[in-house]
Amino acid sequence: MPVEIDIEHVARLARLELSDEEKERLRAQLGLILEHAAKVGEVAAGDVPPTAYAIPRSNVFRPDESAPSLPREDVLANAPEVEDDRFKVPRIVEVE
Amino acid sequence: MTELCDLTAAELAVKLRAGETTSAAILAACQWRAGAVEERVGAFLARTDELARTQAAEADRRIASGDAPAVAGIPLALKDVLSTRGVATTCGSRILETYIPPYDCTAWARLSADGSVLLGKTNCDEFAMGSSNENSAFGPVHNPWNLDMVPGGSSGGSAAAVAAGEAVWALGTDTGGSVRQPASLCGVVGLKPTYGLISRYGLIAFASSLDTVGTFTRSVRDAAVLLSCIAGKDPMDATSLDTPRRDHTEGIEEGIAGLRVGVVKEAFGEGVEEGVRSSVQAAVDRLAELGASVGETSLPHTDYALSAYYLIAPSEASSNLARYDGVRYGLRVDGGDSVEMMTRTRGAGFGPEVKRRIMLGTYALSAGYYEAYYGQAQKVRTLIIRDYEAAFERFDLLVSPTSPTTAFPIGAKIDDPLAMYLNDVFTIPANLSGMPAISIPSGLDEAGLPVGVQLTAPVLEEPRLLRAAFALEQAIGFDARPQLLAEPAD
Repeated sequence: MPVEIDIEHVARLARLELSDEEKERLRAQLGLILEHAAKVGEVAAGDVPPTAYAIPRSNVFRPDESAPSLPREDVLANAPEVEDDRFKVPRIVEVE
Repeated sequence: MTELCDLTAAELAVKLRAGETTSAAILAACQWRAGAVEERVGAFLARTDELARTQAAEADRRIASGDAPAVAGIPLALKDVLSTRGVATTCGSRILETYIPPYDCTAWARLSADGSVLLGKTNCDEFAMGSSNENSAFGPVHNPWNLDMVPGGSSGGSAAAVAAGEAVWALGTDTGGSVRQPASLCGVVGLKPTYGLISRYGLIAFASSLDTVGTFTRSVRDAAVLLSCIAGKDPMDATSLDTPRRDHTEGIEEGIAGLRVGVVKEAFGEGVEEGVRSSVQAAVDRLAELGASVGETSLPHTDYALSAYYLIAPSEASSNLARYDGVRYGLRVDGGDSVEMMTRTRGAGFGPEVKRRIMLGTYALSAGYYEAYYGQAQKVRTLIIRDYEAAFERFDLLVSPTSPTTAFPIGAKIDDPLAMYLNDVFTIPANLSGMPAISIPSGLDEAGLPVGVQLTAPVLEEPRLLRAAFALEQAIGFDARPQLLAEPAD
């Protein structure tokens, strides 16, 4: 059975604008893909530990040495909008 | 006729040192070939002709001084997900169409320091998501062996450029088979090393626990040369392994007598084309003739690997691609507030496959579904690794087809995501398990399209993998060339 998913909810979580046509297509396609993917539930009982990285590493440190950062103008050069050496975005809070 | 651009890097390195040719001449040959075929192949998104000429001149000076590294002066193409300082890096996506990285990825930084010559950035599936290169926002790549066919993906441009002689060698990236599968479909050598052997710094992330930089070359020796330059610990990538830099060509000619090779039973079943099966079987027979002891083995969870991959990779992608929010780089579509701006930007900037995977991953990670999908997929990943561990108790090396099919027509699978995902069924397990694997050409099918055979070794056993691949390559003696090169340009 294809999986039923709430496309509007998932698109909102993903901050993704979708047309009605895209939503329709995705609803059908994701339903089928997830039906196939749900096979992962057929195996791997509770006593199998999960693997996040095939070659696990932990506490990876590099020497705490200061090094030059990228120049500010180089970093800002790709920004769609810049003001006073900062990334400029549309308003995020209401102002009285 | 064989031109400079059709030789291997190792052959060219000898000629360069003997004073028989120059980097400038090799570069000119690649550019001449690109001039003849690129309009039909579409391997490149951008060519860096002028930069390349400067680098070639510099390489020629180094070679003349007698102190040049192995990769010096050999023209190279880079998949457009690898960051290049000052050279646009788009990931095949509208959302990064205007992005010019302020730094180099480590792989290119090392090559550049050793005198490599950058031909340009190659086309690929958007954010490396795809198996046919049809998901590029900037158009498909055509397979040099048959222009109606896909080159494979996602590193389709890199594979096609090397196959067509537009580049001597190239880098790609392999998250679920994106180096090995296009190498197989384009008749070149594709190496995906152990996860973490090559730094991912500056590789624009798709699925961080799986992404691996890989190589496209015309020979196994070239793969070893290229790997030697770029592999090794990088403090800028916390997942890069603590391995010293070494010469991977060392011991490559020692042969494989006595090596135990396991033929993966599941990789010869349903869905594998007859032309692929017979060509790979012939390669297995060659391994036996070379003195390997060949037996059958099983990776019983192969079927589940695909399911696990198409949950894990999209989940990681949905997180990684959250950074495209119209603030720091790339496209911005205006909106009344920041959230509307982000939502519109992402809706306009991403193509269908990327949207599909972001939605899939967001769903698999969302409250109430995480355990059933992402959590279970991670457990299956453990089972895949156990399958390999069991197989490698009895065998030194595993062999299978790289892809169940040869190149398929452009458009054939684009509307059926599940059918497209099946292309990766034999390549995905090496990504889930982190193991090194290589695809080398085993021959042509009835339609004259290349078939690839895949060898897989345990983690960090690149020396064994390359030694076996070299021996098999010599025994097979694949020397066919794409038809494209025989036809006159229109």
